[in-house]
Amino acid sequence: MSAVPIERSRDVAGKKIDYQSVPDESGHYGPYGGRFVSETLIHALDQLEHTYKTLSADPDFHKEFDQDLAHYVGRPSPLYHARRWSQELGGAQIYLKREDLNHTGAHKVNNTIGQALLAKYTGKKRVIAETGAGQHGVATATVAARLGMECQIFMGEEDIRRQALNVYRMKLLGAQVTSVTSGSRTLKDAMNEAMRDWVTNVDDTFYIIGTVAGPHPYPQLVRDFQAVIGREARAQCLEMTGRLPDSLVACIGGGSNAIGLFHPFLDDAGVSMYGVEAGGYGVETGKHAAPLTAGSPGILHGNRTYLMQDDAGQIIHTHSISAGLDYPGVGPEHSWLKDIERVNYVTINDDEALAAFRGLTLTEGIMPALESSHALAYVEKLAPGMDKDKIIIVNLSGRGDKDIHTVAAIDGITI
Amino acid sequence: MSRITACLQRLQAKSRKALIPYIVAGDPNPGFTVPMMHKLVEQGADILELGVPFSDPMAEGPVIQLAHERALLHNVSLRAVLDMVKEFRQQDQQTPVILMGYANPVHIIGYQQLAKLAAEAGVDGFLTVDMPPEEATELHAALKAVAIDIIFLIAPTTTEQRIRTIADMATGYLYYVSLKGVTGAGHLDIDSVKEKLAQIRAICSLPVTVGFGIKDPASAQSIARFADGVVVGSALVNRVVELNAVDEQEQIAQSTQIISDMRRAIDAV
Repeated sequence: MSAVPIERSRDVAGKKIDYQSVPDESGHYGPYGGRFVSETLIHALDQLEHTYKTLSADPDFHKEFDQDLAHYVGRPSPLYHARRWSQELGGAQIYLKREDLNHTGAHKVNNTIGQALLAKYTGKKRVIAETGAGQHGVATATVAARLGMECQIFMGEEDIRRQALNVYRMKLLGAQVTSVTSGSRTLKDAMNEAMRDWVTNVDDTFYIIGTVAGPHPYPQLVRDFQAVIGREARAQCLEMTGRLPDSLVACIGGGSNAIGLFHPFLDDAGVSMYGVEAGGYGVETGKHAAPLTAGSPGILHGNRTYLMQDDAGQIIHTHSISAGLDYPGVGPEHSWLKDIERVNYVTINDDEALAAFRGLTLTEGIMPALESSHALAYVEKLAPGMDKDKIIIVNLSGRGDKDIHTVAAIDGITI
Repeated sequence: MSRITACLQRLQAKSRKALIPYIVAGDPNPGFTVPMMHKLVEQGADILELGVPFSDPMAEGPVIQLAHERALLHNVSLRAVLDMVKEFRQQDQQTPVILMGYANPVHIIGYQQLAKLAAEAGVDGFLTVDMPPEEATELHAALKAVAIDIIFLIAPTTTEQRIRTIADMATGYLYYVSLKGVTGAGHLDIDSVKEKLAQIRAICSLPVTVGFGIKDPASAQSIARFADGVVVGSALVNRVVELNAVDEQEQIAQSTQIISDMRRAIDAV
C-alpha cells in the first residue's frame, strides 16, 4: 500500500483541541476527573502525584519500565493481520493488537509493572488492588511476587464465583484474596473495599488501581503506562502498511485498554475511534454496563464521570457477561472524549460478544477474553461497510482462558 | 449567626462540650428517624448528624455500611432526608442538624437547588465526605448564599498547609477524624489526637469536634478533655439494630441510653 500523508491535529467546532492538555494541574479533564476522596487520602495522593511527576521526568525510570515491558511482559506485542477473518467479513482489513500474548494474558500487566515501580521507588512494602475479571488482580499479584511485596486483592463475591481460575492463580502467586460481600458484590464494591483498606493502611500501602478511573493522578498514570499499546500499534501499522489505520476499536469497562490504544492516535484526525461498552441484555432492558451510552455525569470512586445511577444519585447495579466490564463508571478522560465527540461510544450485547468469542476462535485460532469479544463484535458490524483497503486495529486486550468456564456453562457443560 | 455557631458558643460559655450523635437517616426504617432525633436531644445531644444513605459509602466501616444498606431498602434519598429534617423542625427549632454524606446524591440535585431545599427544610450544615475543599468551590458558594455551614474533615495525614486551606473555607466547626481508617475502627490513639488538635488550634479559631473510633463514655470523656465536641456514630448505630426491643419506642429509648451515659461522662470533664 502507498503511504498517505498523516493528518495531524483536529478542529472541533472551529476550536483546536489540545489532547495533551488533560488532565490540567488539578487533575480535571474538562468537567470530569478531579479528586473526590475523603481527607485522609489527600496527602497520599499529593505524594503520589509528586513522585509520578518526578519519576516521569527521569530517564532511568523510563528505562527500567521499558526493560521490564520487553523482558518480563514480552513486548512489543504483535500487530496481527487477521486475514481470514477480514476476508470473511468482506470489508476492511482487520489487525489485532495482541495484548492477549502478554505475560499474565492481558493488557493489565503494563500498568501494574508501572505502578509497582512507583511503589518500589516510594518504599512501600505492601500493595493492594481491586479486581473484576481477576486479570488486574493476577497482574498485581504477579508483580508483587516478583518484587517480594505483600499483596492483598479485593474481589466481589459474585466475581470470585465467575472467575475461580484467576482466584486460584492469585493465591498461587502468594496474594491474599478478600471476598467483598457488600453492595452488588462486583468490581465497584471491590474498589470501595480497597479504598477502605488504603485509608486504614495508607502509611505502608500502595494502592494499584487497575483502570483509568479513581482520583487524580490515577487516571493519568494508568493512561500513560497503557499508552505503550497505542504507540506500538501506530509504529507497527506504519511499518506494515505504510499508513495509519482508519479506525480503532476497543472495549470499555473502566477504559484502560481503550485509552491505551486511543491516546497516541488522538492527534491523528483521520483515525476514527470506537469505544465499546457492555450492552448486557440490551441497553433498553436497563441491565447493562454502559454509562457513556445510557448514563449521566456523577461522582464515584474519586472522580466526576459518566455513571449508571438512579434519579436520587444512587449507583445502580450493572450487568455484563464479562466481569471486567461490569462497572457502573468509566474513566474521566473517556467522558471528556465523548463530550467533545472525538471517540464514538457504542454498545455490544452479551450474546453478540459471545458469538464473536466463538467466531474468532474458529476463524483465527485465537480465543479472546469475553471483554475483548465486545470489541470484536463491533468490528463485525463496522468492517463490512468499509472498503477492502481500509484498516481497522482492534485491541485484543486479553485471552479467553479465564472465560472457558463461563462459556462452558452456557453450553451446558461442567468442566 | 448560624444555629451551629450559636449552639457551640452557648456551650463554650458554660464550659461544656458538644455531644454529637450520628445516625443514618432511614435506618432501620424511615419512621424511626424523627422520633429517634427527638429522643437523642432529650438524652443530651447538642447537635445531630444525619447520615444520608448512599449506595457506595466508601469511608464507612461495616456497621455504618449496613445502616446505609438498610435505609436504601426503603429508598431513602437525600430528598426524603430533607423531609425528615422538615418534620423534626416542627417541634425543635433549636438543635442544629448536619447532613453527612457523599457527593453524588448532592451533585445530582444540583448545588444551588440543594442549598435552597436544605435551607427551607431547616438544615444547618453539610459534611460531604468525598468532597475536599479543592472540589467544593461550587457547593461552598451555594451553601454560603443561604447561610448553611460547610463542615470539612481534617485527618491525621492533613498537613499544616492544608489545615490552613481547609480553615479558610470551613464554617461552623472542623471535624477531626481521630484515626486513619473507616468509621467505627478500633485503634483510637488519644495522645496523637491531642497533639493534632493543638496544631489545628494554633492555626484556626473554629471549634474542633472529634469523631471516628469513639465508642463508649470513657473514650468520649478522654476526647472531651481537649476537643470542643465528640461525635459518636457506629457505637450508636450498632445499638439500634442489635437490640431486639418489644416495640419501636422501647428500642429508641434503649439505644439512645448510650447518649445520656456519654453526656454524664463528658460533663464530668
